Amino acid sequence: MTYVKPSFRHPDLPKNDLGFTKKDYEGAISTLCGGCGHDSISGSITQACFEMSIAPHRLAKLSGIGCSSKTPTYFLGNSHGFNSVHGRMPSVATGANLANRDLIYMGVSGDGDTASIGMGQFVHAVRRNLNVVYIVMNNGCYGLTKGQDSATADVGSISKNGMNQFQAIDLPALALELGASFVARSFSGDKTQLIPLIKAAISHHGFALIDVISPCVTFNNNTGSTKAYDYVREHITTADVVDYVPPGEEITMDYPEGTSADLTLHDGSMLQLTKLAPNWDPRDKLAAMQRIYMSRAKQEILTGLLYIDPNTQDLHDLIGTVATPLNELLEEDLCPGNAVLEEINRGLR
Amino acid sequence: MRSVAAVNDFVVRFANVNGTGSASANNMFAKAVFRMGLPFSAKNIFPSNIQGLPTWYEVRISEKGYLGRRDGIDLMVCINPQSLPQDVKSVSSGGYFVYDSTKILHPEFVREDITYIGIPMMEICLREYTDPRQRQLFKNMIYVGALSMLLDMDFEVFKGIIADEFKKKEKLIAPNIHAMELGRNYVAEHYEYPLPIRMETRDLVGDSILMDGNSACGLGAVYGGATVAAWYPITPSTSLVQAFEKYANRLRIDKETGKKKFAVVQAEDELAAIGVAIGANWNGARSFTATSGPGVSLMNEFLGLAYFAEIPVVLTDVQRSGPSTGMPTRTQQSDILLAAYASHGDTKHILLFPANPKECFEIQALSFDLADRLQTPILVMIDLDLGMNEHLSPPLKWDDSRKYDWGKVYDAEELEQMAQYGRYLDSDGDGITYRTIPGTHPTKGSFFTRGTSRDEYARYTEDGSVYVRNMNRLLKKWDTAKEIIPQPEFYQQGNQHKEGIIFFGTTTDSALEALDLLREDGIELDAMRLLSFPFSKQVEDFVQAHERIYVIEQNRDAQMRSLLINELEVNPDKLIRVLNFDGMPITAAYIQGEIKEKMVAEV
Ligand SMILES: Cc1ncc(C[n+]2csc(CCOP(=O)(O)OP(=O)(O)O)c2C)c(N)n1
Ligand code: SF4
Ligand SMILES: [Mg+2]
Repeated sequence: MTYVKPSFRHPDLPKNDLGFTKKDYEGAISTLCGGCGHDSISGSITQACFEMSIAPHRLAKLSGIGCSSKTPTYFLGNSHGFNSVHGRMPSVATGANLANRDLIYMGVSGDGDTASIGMGQFVHAVRRNLNVVYIVMNNGCYGLTKGQDSATADVGSISKNGMNQFQAIDLPALALELGASFVARSFSGDKTQLIPLIKAAISHHGFALIDVISPCVTFNNNTGSTKAYDYVREHITTADVVDYVPPGEEITMDYPEGTSADLTLHDGSMLQLTKLAPNWDPRDKLAAMQRIYMSRAKQEILTGLLYIDPNTQDLHDLIGTVATPLNELLEEDLCPGNAVLEEINRGLR
Repeated sequence: MRSVAAVNDFVVRFANVNGTGSASANNMFAKAVFRMGLPFSAKNIFPSNIQGLPTWYEVRISEKGYLGRRDGIDLMVCINPQSLPQDVKSVSSGGYFVYDSTKILHPEFVREDITYIGIPMMEICLREYTDPRQRQLFKNMIYVGALSMLLDMDFEVFKGIIADEFKKKEKLIAPNIHAMELGRNYVAEHYEYPLPIRMETRDLVGDSILMDGNSACGLGAVYGGATVAAWYPITPSTSLVQAFEKYANRLRIDKETGKKKFAVVQAEDELAAIGVAIGANWNGARSFTATSGPGVSLMNEFLGLAYFAEIPVVLTDVQRSGPSTGMPTRTQQSDILLAAYASHGDTKHILLFPANPKECFEIQALSFDLADRLQTPILVMIDLDLGMNEHLSPPLKWDDSRKYDWGKVYDAEELEQMAQYGRYLDSDGDGITYRTIPGTHPTKGSFFTRGTSRDEYARYTEDGSVYVRNMNRLLKKWDTAKEIIPQPEFYQQGNQHKEGIIFFGTTTDSALEALDLLREDGIELDAMRLLSFPFSKQVEDFVQAHERIYVIEQNRDAQMRSLLINELEVNPDKLIRVLNFDGMPITAAYIQGEIKEKMVAEV
């Protein structure tokens, strides 16, 4: 069942540029297990959208099936949402995006939803550079069907159901290989890192993957699991610290020379990066690949903005659709009328 | 030997090798028949292969205007040594066999009861042309030339067709005419012409057009307002989305920017194709996909979602012979049950059955109105025969005063006035509820679309009574649909006889011809053509009003008959199966024979 939240609004709640409070970006009360990483991610999405002053109706939420895919009910209650079928969110998001290029699309998926049943669709959405924020709530297991290993479970990782023997799929590495234009990894417990990443992903024009390690407290948070809170906290290593500066705002932060890089995104916003690793440039795909492989060898979980190409063409640019959203075209734009048909008839005789 | 003699009533079959350019020569032949004012039907019989295997093209010329296929080949044009043994056998007794006599025909293939007309096509080509590609292509024109002479066809008509064909490559006009002349001259010098089967110019096709059903559907989708098409290649549906793209590139380009007012996505598979179409429709664009049986199998889960979550979507199924990969380049009407009940749980879908290119165009266009109005999948059911073969059809028409029916959608103003929006509230009592499109209103009208059970306000629920209420409302919508979808066509005033026939889609031409044949045998039957599912009151009344009904269809399991029995709770004894499922379009003679046999058997 869905719990209805009291609509009481405190008069002093801070408002964003559109006059909305954070509550306007919340959804129904979560029915996930207490402590589930997914809920923290929902919180970060809410916070990011509130801070960015996104008009709720300008964003659409899409998901597949799983505990993770349920979360769109728990954030942005004033936005349209679509909980589709298992593993097929990318195609639904593709259709939605083609219909209206002006909305923001927030795709939410799980590691089962993306790396197993939905692998085909994920791969092809990346290839097409669909303009979507694609968040994988990655817990290394199938939460909703009670904890079976997923394809992102590390070799040797132990869940409540036993030890995984099969190779793990590294979604950011795969996305890089496929040509994704924005690839990030984060941890559900690290809001300071995750919120700016979500903002940057929203501002990015093209496919933006954020693989968020998100422990399943019920089935995969035990000793021996590489997706447990304790394990992740101990093994996390951060490639860079990202700060998101909205369009038109001045950069105020001061970083030591040589450790920061500013990136302008499609919508005029800025990303300010503090590079924690030497010779680190998230625009360098080769370096990103190398860092991912190196940290994997060291059993580190590398987080941060791993790769970005801020100047890519999305699906619409590639196929050359008009600027007007296709769903706003009028009958006179769409229907050529009978005179043209007569001409066509003539050609068929 | 008695040779077949006929004016404007015979069947010509061409036996070619796949991928040798014969198709355009054969089409030119058919077009000449058409421009001589003669009704005809043409069928491609081709393998699932790109190059090198036998393919046939069959043209039936019928002064009476019968457009179904007819068995029995009166004249065979055999250009393919590989299929020659079989081609010789398939000619009707008294028929004619045109072949390449560059090599002598083996005595084994000489029949006493047919006339052989050898034309040394390869020899002529070797003499005339040096380039191997030219030899190949002009060989085709040589046999067309020979045929035009043998069958007394108007050469001027051919010249006109060649001129049209090569409008943009004028240099090719004269050589093509010359190649035809080579064939014509050879016949003139060596044979008596015309043959006892021949053509005479008539004025019987009026303003008809020649079009394949896939092109008509593709154009219908442009006219119906589709902006997003997603597909995965599969014969025989491939050319449908390609036609949409071709026409859209011509008719839907923004003049100022050169940008497209449409999008076509070649998806990674059919699951994605229908997912894209559903996502686009959910977001307020008109969108469709097209596929064949294997694709529909893959789309099942999504079709259930669209049914239950009530999302408009259009899917055209160009049926081919199943099961599995079956005979992928042969026709059938064998996805009826799959389509009607696609997906798990209690699902059923609206099916539309166009029977000719004009109807393909109109019904494909209409399907978008119906999908938006009924907020459910609409499946346009055609088949390989209709989709891929060119058919003689009434011209396409569009009523410019007609307006798209976008269905029940609340706009921002209506939402503003509203206390509380309920996505699944049946406020009009017709089972159809109001949707909203993402992006409409900042704080009102958003809802959560899902395939799980929900209440009238789109809130998740597992309350059984709420679920039942919703499922029953979907039934109410189903009943509403019955009367707004295309209604059956009848071929008599009122019901006149105790027995009748039911048919649909590409069975139509042969069924109507069979009615004439049976009438000559003294058998009179009422006839009804189905245009849609679910079955309306009119369908039910026709079934009620007749003692026995022959249900004619092109599948093994009498799928439409099952659907009628299941949905109308008809006594199965009343519905007699007339089935053809060998992958070739059904013929009138077959239907006539089956009905007569089954009548006798039952008396
Ligand atoms: C076609 C289909 N097969 C199986 C299922 C059952 N199922 C539901 S959720 C799920 C796995 C979800 O795993 P994941 O995407 O990782 O989400 P999590 O619950 O872990 O967040 C499965 C197998 C389904 N809903 N549909
Ligand atoms: S089962 Fe695991 S993933 Fe699902 S809600 Fe509970 S903790 Fe979260
Ligand atoms: Mg999971």
